[in-house]
Amino acid sequence: MSRTLYDKLWESHVVREEADGTALLYIDRHLVHEVTSPQAFEGLKLAGRKPWRIGSVVATADHNTPTTGWERGLAGIEDPIARLQVDTLTANIKEYGAKVYFPFLDKRQGIVHVIGPEQGATLPGMTVVCGDSHTSTHGAFGCLAHGIGTSEVEHVLATQTLVTKKMKNMRVTVEGTLGRGVTAKDVALAVIGRIGTAGGTGSAVEFAGSAVRSLTMEGRMTLCNMAIEAGARAGMVAVDDTTIQYLKGRTFSPSGPEWDQAVATWKVLTSDPDAKFDREVKLDAHDIAPQITWGTSPEMVVAVQDHVPDPDKEKDPTKREGMERALIYMGLKPRTPMQDIFLDKVFIGSCTNSRIEDLRAAAAVAKGRKVAPNIKVAMVVPGSGLVKAQAEKEGLDKVFRDSGFEWREPGCSMCLAMNADRIEPGERCASTSNRNFEGRQGAGGRTHLVSPAMAAAAAIAGHFVDVRSWR
Amino acid sequence: MLNGLVAPLDRANVDTDAVIPKQFLKSIKRTGYGENMFDAWRYLDIGQPGMDNSKRPLNPDFVLNQPRYKGAEILLARKNFGCGSSREHAPWALQQYGFKCVIAPSFGDIFFINSFKNGFLPVVLAESEVDSLFYDCALPGFRLVVDLDRQTVSTTDGSKSYKFEVDPSSRHLLLNGLDEIGVTLRHADEIRAFEARRQAQFPWLFR
Ligand code: SF4
Repeated sequence: MSRTLYDKLWESHVVREEADGTALLYIDRHLVHEVTSPQAFEGLKLAGRKPWRIGSVVATADHNTPTTGWERGLAGIEDPIARLQVDTLTANIKEYGAKVYFPFLDKRQGIVHVIGPEQGATLPGMTVVCGDSHTSTHGAFGCLAHGIGTSEVEHVLATQTLVTKKMKNMRVTVEGTLGRGVTAKDVALAVIGRIGTAGGTGSAVEFAGSAVRSLTMEGRMTLCNMAIEAGARAGMVAVDDTTIQYLKGRTFSPSGPEWDQAVATWKVLTSDPDAKFDREVKLDAHDIAPQITWGTSPEMVVAVQDHVPDPDKEKDPTKREGMERALIYMGLKPRTPMQDIFLDKVFIGSCTNSRIEDLRAAAAVAKGRKVAPNIKVAMVVPGSGLVKAQAEKEGLDKVFRDSGFEWREPGCSMCLAMNADRIEPGERCASTSNRNFEGRQGAGGRTHLVSPAMAAAAAIAGHFVDVRSWR
Repeated sequence: MLNGLVAPLDRANVDTDAVIPKQFLKSIKRTGYGENMFDAWRYLDIGQPGMDNSKRPLNPDFVLNQPRYKGAEILLARKNFGCGSSREHAPWALQQYGFKCVIAPSFGDIFFINSFKNGFLPVVLAESEVDSLFYDCALPGFRLVVDLDRQTVSTTDGSKSYKFEVDPSSRHLLLNGLDEIGVTLRHADEIRAFEARRQAQFPWLFR
């Protein structure tokens, strides 16, 4: 029987299966961060249980940590509640252990979905879970990776398994060559625009096609990262040479004779040519332009040359009301050209777009230019300490600083604004993150999701511009 | 069986950021989220942890602030409820506010699972059925009977009754409030054997 990549990953991890399809799925890698783990460790403690295999745990503090003031050490976390949460993670790891922990201030600390792959702690064929919905990112490596809740974090800690059911198979194929200035982020947003934020619900989505295969690992991570914004818990891309090249020589990648052995097992991690999918969606790469969201859900997205849509043209009443509400929240009028929208802030960062390739793309646009005077803050937040170090080695920090961008310490930062980085009520922000929900980047804040190059160009122009016409 | 007052939340794609905003996720506890459920919609000021919520100005336009929905135990919602973030704080907040069940045409996958793990019941009904319940909800004091045994949602007079699906293991979890970890650990030998095979085959995953 022909099998999809997801079928293969699923079947190779089933410990047992009940008659109703509920299965115990073995978990290879468990990523842990400060926000969704304290109650799980507490549960473990209360029940007098021990973690099953502490060697599966890779932990870091990223959501709450500040992006400035690191020279002040732990005192740099000014918010006492956030500080307690970070301290609690450290205490829990100290008590129970981990394969590796990158605490606040560590040179390798960073966003959990950036450091896993960067360290080679995410490997093809693995099941990867984390108490975070963007765990789908790791599927870029041909693994089954998805977000879980805190009860499940506790369950995985205690049993190394997850009680779960098989999802449906869905494939999104993008054929062709992406145009200049069109990135993985634009593909992700275009897919969500097409299928909606619930389009992938209940499915594991495999991204395929020549446009996807030609993406770098950074690009594939961006794409899989946004699978959850299309409703799919898991996104994935089949293993190929790009995957293998990326992993070679990483800290936790296999080495020596084991490397060849591992590579041999990774190469089969693709869908069989005649495998059946429950749902197929096809996009032509030529049709994808740089994307900008205009509303409060990632599906509220248009191409850069388009206008803010008109709710009067929408027939579905629930949808129309949703559009009207979003326009009020966003302070936008129907039919406004997207490029006439002026901004207050720009955020380049998050687990979607904070890797070295993203920073290079943004720096290439910013180089030798100045951030527009109407932009109050334009900040670049690298995804990890290692990304930051690499960028500094290439002089990108200088490019950004000279242009008037702030160059920050790594972390989730303004993606979810749990730390001090946020947009104020009514402010408008071009953001490379993944969610434009009401209040996501700060209560009353207005978020437009874009690619790193589009964000950088918007910072320079003060309003949205089409990077394709950028010289 | 639950016979509860129904409160309607008439918008699609309600995300878990809206259910419980990020600033309340700094807590390391499992409780204390009810008062900040839908915080940004419910209050006129910007909420912060540690505030005395009883002194904050309520948003009179937010549906759940209407006196007629006080004590509501069933939330009626639109499609893709609970999409977005995996935060389990979302079902915790709904439950701690007093809801026992949420009815919608579809849910975010992670929210759906998280709800069961906390004995909070997400019910999927057809879009047309949810539509008709929204219509009925205009009636003051509109209640519904949710019967997990028979897997039905019915009006109190029995004039309408809709069937819903729950898989047997989730149902068991809800009815018996089992310690799921304890149940899984009954299979510890099987997990250990699986792990040993896996380690022999893919030793680099265990370094
Ligand atoms: S960067 Fe944003 S989306 Fe990614 S893990 Fe952090 S908070 Fe979540």
